[in-house]
Amino acid sequence: MSADDDFLVQAREAALSFGQTPALRGANLSARAGEILAVTGPSGSGKSTLLHCLAGILVPDSGEIWFDGRRVDTLGEPERSTLRRDHFGFVFQFGQLVPELTAEENVALPLLLAKSRRASALAEARSWFGRLGLDGLEGRRSGELSGGQAQRVALARALVSRPEVLFADEPTGALDSLTGEHVMDLLVASARQEGTTVVLVTHEPRVAAHANREVIVRDGKVTPLFVERLGS
Amino acid sequence: MTVPLALLGLLERESSHGYDLKRDYDTYFGRGKPLPAGQVYSTLGRLARDGKVEIGETGPGSGPDRKRYVITDVGVTQVETWLTEPVEGEPHLQTVLFTKVVLAVLLERDPRVYLDIQRAAHMERMRELTELRRSGSTMDTLLADHGVFHLEADLRWMDQTVARLAALTAEVRA
Repeated sequence: MSADDDFLVQAREAALSFGQTPALRGANLSARAGEILAVTGPSGSGKSTLLHCLAGILVPDSGEIWFDGRRVDTLGEPERSTLRRDHFGFVFQFGQLVPELTAEENVALPLLLAKSRRASALAEARSWFGRLGLDGLEGRRSGELSGGQAQRVALARALVSRPEVLFADEPTGALDSLTGEHVMDLLVASARQEGTTVVLVTHEPRVAAHANREVIVRDGKVTPLFVERLGS
Repeated sequence: MTVPLALLGLLERESSHGYDLKRDYDTYFGRGKPLPAGQVYSTLGRLARDGKVEIGETGPGSGPDRKRYVITDVGVTQVETWLTEPVEGEPHLQTVLFTKVVLAVLLERDPRVYLDIQRAAHMERMRELTELRRSGSTMDTLLADHGVFHLEADLRWMDQTVARLAALTAEVRA
């Protein structure tokens, strides 16, 4: 059995419990290459857990996770770690920058971890500062950046290695409305330019509206919209 | 209701011929829905009748009409009053959305069907407005913002309603 060829990332009947508490109860989800997919749902519905499974951070108790025709959930942690480093980018809500490093060192980090030479990694990192409106902030540390600036640095770091999939979990959750809008505009523009697939977890309809498509997670399952059921 | 006041406001900025006034209106407020020329002239006629504009010197201008319209003190006062008057707050409790949900419960149909259909339609419109916001002028963005925030309020209400369905069903069918 293999994943559907049309899809770059896919969860099939993924189920995962934390102790006695089920977080996912047989979730199915697919994202096509280049698609920006919003995963929405109420707090505690399991949408972040689903993202972590798709990204190979968590392994479901049962079900399957696929990326680009490869089964992910059967890989060991070292292989999943390599997969994440080489193919995925991540943006979270809070605190993903390393406070001891400058902004440009933070952005260069994925390239340095992938054994790029320091000079070329920093040069590549710097090229993202202009694109994301961060010129002049290269030498600052995270404590010297505003929330919106820090999130754009995090976005640059997520995209610097040109991942095939960007996983974003409430990327604007800690920002005010206008700053969040700006970050989302940059995220979408960069993803479109690079052809990056985006899996975007959010509980905000305004953020979900940046995506091409929306799926809703309720009680650990991706609920097909009734409208889709009626049409089927 | 806003067309006469918007035209008056434009005339307060500077006196104008009907054709130029229509062009300015379409530029700032038309948003793809130009004001018919006939409506401009009939509105100006009513404003003149009510003493809010008067016809100044006729002279060169674009279009067939050479009349120049000038706002009066009465007109200026009306613009000022309108700008400082609050618009009535929107939330009417008996909305279409509310009525559909309660009716669906009363008729023992699943309201989630209706709510999901409505949600998909709202999200589609929100995606269109988000794209407009991304690519349009600041004025387009402001208009799109207004639409997006209203849609968002409805969407939040829909989510909340889904969460309250069991209680609502028990109450309505009691």
